[in-house]
Amino acid sequence: MDDTAALKKTPLHALHLSLGARMVPFAGYDMPVQYPAGVMKEHLHTRSEAGLFDVSHMGQIIVKAKSGSYEDAALALESLVPVDILGLAEGRQRYGFFTDDTGGILDDLMITHVDDHLFVVVNAACKEADLAHLQANIGDQCDITLLNRALIALQGPRAVEVLAELWADVAAMKFMDVRHCRLHDISCLVSRSGYSGEDGFEISVPVDKAEDVAMRLLEHPDVQAIGLGARDSLRLEAGLCLYGNDIDTTTSPVEAVLEWAMQKARRGNGARAGGFPGSGRILSELENGASRRRVGLKPEGKAPVRGHAKLYADAEGKVEIGEVTSGGFGPSVEGPVAMGYVPVSHSAVGTLVYAEVRGKFLPVSVSTLPFVTPTYKR
Amino acid sequence: MLKFTAEHEWLELDGDVATVGITTYAVEQLGDLVFVELPEVGKSFAKNDDAATVESVKAASEVYCPLDGEITEVNEAIVADPSLVNSDPQGAGWFFKLKLKNLSDADALLDEAAYKELIA
Repeated sequence: MDDTAALKKTPLHALHLSLGARMVPFAGYDMPVQYPAGVMKEHLHTRSEAGLFDVSHMGQIIVKAKSGSYEDAALALESLVPVDILGLAEGRQRYGFFTDDTGGILDDLMITHVDDHLFVVVNAACKEADLAHLQANIGDQCDITLLNRALIALQGPRAVEVLAELWADVAAMKFMDVRHCRLHDISCLVSRSGYSGEDGFEISVPVDKAEDVAMRLLEHPDVQAIGLGARDSLRLEAGLCLYGNDIDTTTSPVEAVLEWAMQKARRGNGARAGGFPGSGRILSELENGASRRRVGLKPEGKAPVRGHAKLYADAEGKVEIGEVTSGGFGPSVEGPVAMGYVPVSHSAVGTLVYAEVRGKFLPVSVSTLPFVTPTYKR
Repeated sequence: MLKFTAEHEWLELDGDVATVGITTYAVEQLGDLVFVELPEVGKSFAKNDDAATVESVKAASEVYCPLDGEITEVNEAIVADPSLVNSDPQGAGWFFKLKLKNLSDADALLDEAAYKELIA
């Protein structure tokens, strides 16, 4: 069988082909890795103007309590994530993650309070497992529905002006606000969020209208289609975790430096402390710290240091201390950037460690994250 | 005389010294190059040894030595500015000069017509 024939297609697949995208298999989908402009230009265009990304492969899930009450849905979801969902105001979004019984991360997700229910966006590669996880654990209290909708991200400093031409109210939204809107009579759900470190929006669109919305945005001279290649370098410069690379079931949220996503209500003396899988380990690490931490890594030379490169304490490669989880070239940084895990003893900014690249041990300094200053409109 | 390998290197022969680079097709496949590592002058390689490394934004790739020989010169300009390989792969973006051990080995390489057929 032809491998590409087995791949799923997003509602924007034909549009990608018409734009001259180079397609690659990603999480079971045939996705654009880059367009003719190339990863470098696409990345820089997103940071200076606006980039349009097809993220329709991600899972969009509705969690609605059978009782119809938001509180019941929120409390049910809180049994699976160390995040304050009950305190999430209507029209607000929050980052979170499903944890497992050992305190590892099953997936990371965006959680939104929409009307009387929760709207959850999960990673493409995890969506079937996430659905099963939700169904098995809170399916008795909630209806879990995987939506068949497209998801379009518009990211970059010009995103707000561009989208405001279709829907003026977008300008009043703050970072992590979510609103129902009509873009030229197309009913959409818009959030002011994204995964590039830039101000921007994610737009959930009915499948049959996805190309229409994407085309209207692409008609704007400031907007270019951006592929997975630049999406990856943008999120790496922004210091954001990629599930499966930087976080997985072997990494705890505290090791991953995701404490900021775990609100007080769910911590030690909080109103609803614990009650999520792996809470024993995670609450203990919140209190006492983890033994290793995710850090930014800035190679001193010009050679990119990629994921899975081993990290050493010494230039001779005698004492292995960790591993790079994501790494590459940062077009905005104009040099190599990486992230990885090191023991707490080596996690202070400025600490010099060594990464093994093709048998050489290259000096890499522990750096603050993100590598670029985010432009979120808080 | 211009010769090609199935691994997408090109060679321009001048006596028994070949100027070696990667083809326009290879560069299109790699995308924007951000890092180039070249061999040391004076070092000898056998055919298909890793002689150089190129890295795009996304990934690293090896450049193979197309024939047995010794490096006589490298193009430092592409180390300083890897985008030269993208903008002029079969000109200013050359990688190294190789003194061939056996000039006749070059006969077995592809000519331009055969290479074009390979990538078609």
